Amino acid sequence: MSWDQVPGFVEDWEAFGETTVVVEREQLIEAAEHLKDEHGFNFLADISPTDYLGWGRTGVAGYWGHAAGRDINSPGSWGLARLPSPRPARFTVSYHLLTLRPGARPGETRRLRVQIRCEDGEAVPSVVSVWPTADWHEREAWDLMGIRFAGHPELTRILMEDDWEGHPLRKDYPLGGEPVRFSNAE
Amino acid sequence: MVVTERRRIYEGTRIPSPIPTVLRVDEVLREEGDILEVNFGPNHPSTHGVLRLVVELNGEEVVGVRAVVGYLHTGFEKNMEQKTYWKAITYPARIDYLSFQYNELVFVLAIEKLLELEVPPKATWMRMLLGELNRIHSHLIWLGTAALELGAISMLWYCFRERDAVLDLFELVAGARMHTRYFQAGGLAEDIPRGFYPECRRFADLMPKRIDEYEAILDRQAIWLERTKGIGLISAEDAIALGQSGPVLRASGVEWDLRKTQPYLAYDQVEFDVPVYQNGDVYDRYKVHMDEMRESTRIVQQCIDGMPDGPWIADDRKVVLPPRHELHTSMESLIHHFKLVTEGYRVPEGEVYVAVESARGEMGCYLVSDGGPKPWRVKFRAPSFVALEATATMMSDALVADMIAILGSLDTVMGDCDR
Repeated sequence: MSWDQVPGFVEDWEAFGETTVVVEREQLIEAAEHLKDEHGFNFLADISPTDYLGWGRTGVAGYWGHAAGRDINSPGSWGLARLPSPRPARFTVSYHLLTLRPGARPGETRRLRVQIRCEDGEAVPSVVSVWPTADWHEREAWDLMGIRFAGHPELTRILMEDDWEGHPLRKDYPLGGEPVRFSNAE
Repeated sequence: MVVTERRRIYEGTRIPSPIPTVLRVDEVLREEGDILEVNFGPNHPSTHGVLRLVVELNGEEVVGVRAVVGYLHTGFEKNMEQKTYWKAITYPARIDYLSFQYNELVFVLAIEKLLELEVPPKATWMRMLLGELNRIHSHLIWLGTAALELGAISMLWYCFRERDAVLDLFELVAGARMHTRYFQAGGLAEDIPRGFYPECRRFADLMPKRIDEYEAILDRQAIWLERTKGIGLISAEDAIALGQSGPVLRASGVEWDLRKTQPYLAYDQVEFDVPVYQNGDVYDRYKVHMDEMRESTRIVQQCIDGMPDGPWIADDRKVVLPPRHELHTSMESLIHHFKLVTEGYRVPEGEVYVAVESARGEMGCYLVSDGGPKPWRVKFRAPSFVALEATATMMSDALVADMIAILGSLDTVMGDCDR
């Protein structure tokens, strides 16, 4: 199956039996409509944003010798077996699509991951007009990951409080970073 | 017995615009009518946890509705990024606390997909068996509470009696009644105890009779029929567009079940039917739940009959804890045990999305690994979260009393929704 007819096509790959198609952020709507109309991906299962800040920065495991000798103070064994391949942008947003045909037999349905890449603050076109279910998924992505969706009818927080600061699932958001309110404090 | 005519499922779409999840009051009506805004929840007992609905009423008619979620947000996904994989397995079960076995399963399947780990058939079949028991458990709680909300209080006691029997079976297998953490990457945590099979078969033989009894109580109950038939309509087209899955989708006439269409575990080796009903109302969702319990019982019977012998966990010492007795005699096993417990196992770099048919629909897990011992990113596709998106569509012509019935029929778990 060739996906280079998809508008804004960047690259595609197969891994673990799953297909990923990366498209240009600006042409996401066209790509979504093309996939829905031409390939029958009528069901949007999920929108999953990922933050790749600090990707691979844990370094490689083991005590590695270098010109100055061996640094026995660095806890090398906690790192990675090998460095992961670098990521072209800080965020990716994955749209998990499915061809939902009533009464389909095994092997007749397909799943596809459409992915876009974006940096902090860049707006992603909203796909609510293509798949209405995207409404809450995009609000969640905004709320927890801080991905802005252009054209979303009501992009407000959904899981956190309305006046919450920051986006908790970002990698630079600290664990336990919740301010504690004391009853006698102003 | 039924006096009023059952409203028919509509054609085309009723999804509100421009926001698909918010039903807005018509401006003309707002000017003319006497609109009352009511806050339903978040601590209303019929909201199944902490859901808030902001409802606008014109007399008894619901003319505007907006679901507000997030009161139970716990940050599971963030927490799981801080834990090694085998410690993180404890988390998903607590997300959807009624369908715990499926959440565990979907996460474990995602890890295994990245590890490309072969799971022994005994573990696969046992996962299927426990999953179906869990489906019965979840549906029983749904039936008991949904009927309770409409006044059939006796249903709760009957359903919880059988639910307790399911939990006893879980306790027998895993030592814990809920949140068993019985699934490991590679198989099961322990072998199946010998006493489990006769107990489980006794339950599976009993269950169909019990389901008949429930139906005998509800299906001849005029109040139940009046309050469920023709209520909370959603067409097949709208259900797909709004991402509905599970019983909600199947009650709208869409024959779709991941166990059939994209079989995982050993679902292609057991016989079962997918119940499909055409009317898309609360009553049909109830019928789907009842039939699914029967089908699950059938699968449980087949799992007991077809349970293969052999190991219950993969023999991969880099991922799987060594057998306990070896720790006293084998240095190698002791090292493996220590490394696995302290450091965890490394999962190859990559991203996968795995979906299973949980009790309430497509439960998905998107897992990203950087090659380290902790997940880089975990995202759950929560069926309850998606189901609540349909409230505005389903309530577009409801009365205030119907809201309870509609909300109940969606079978949402707020822990699952808010994660």
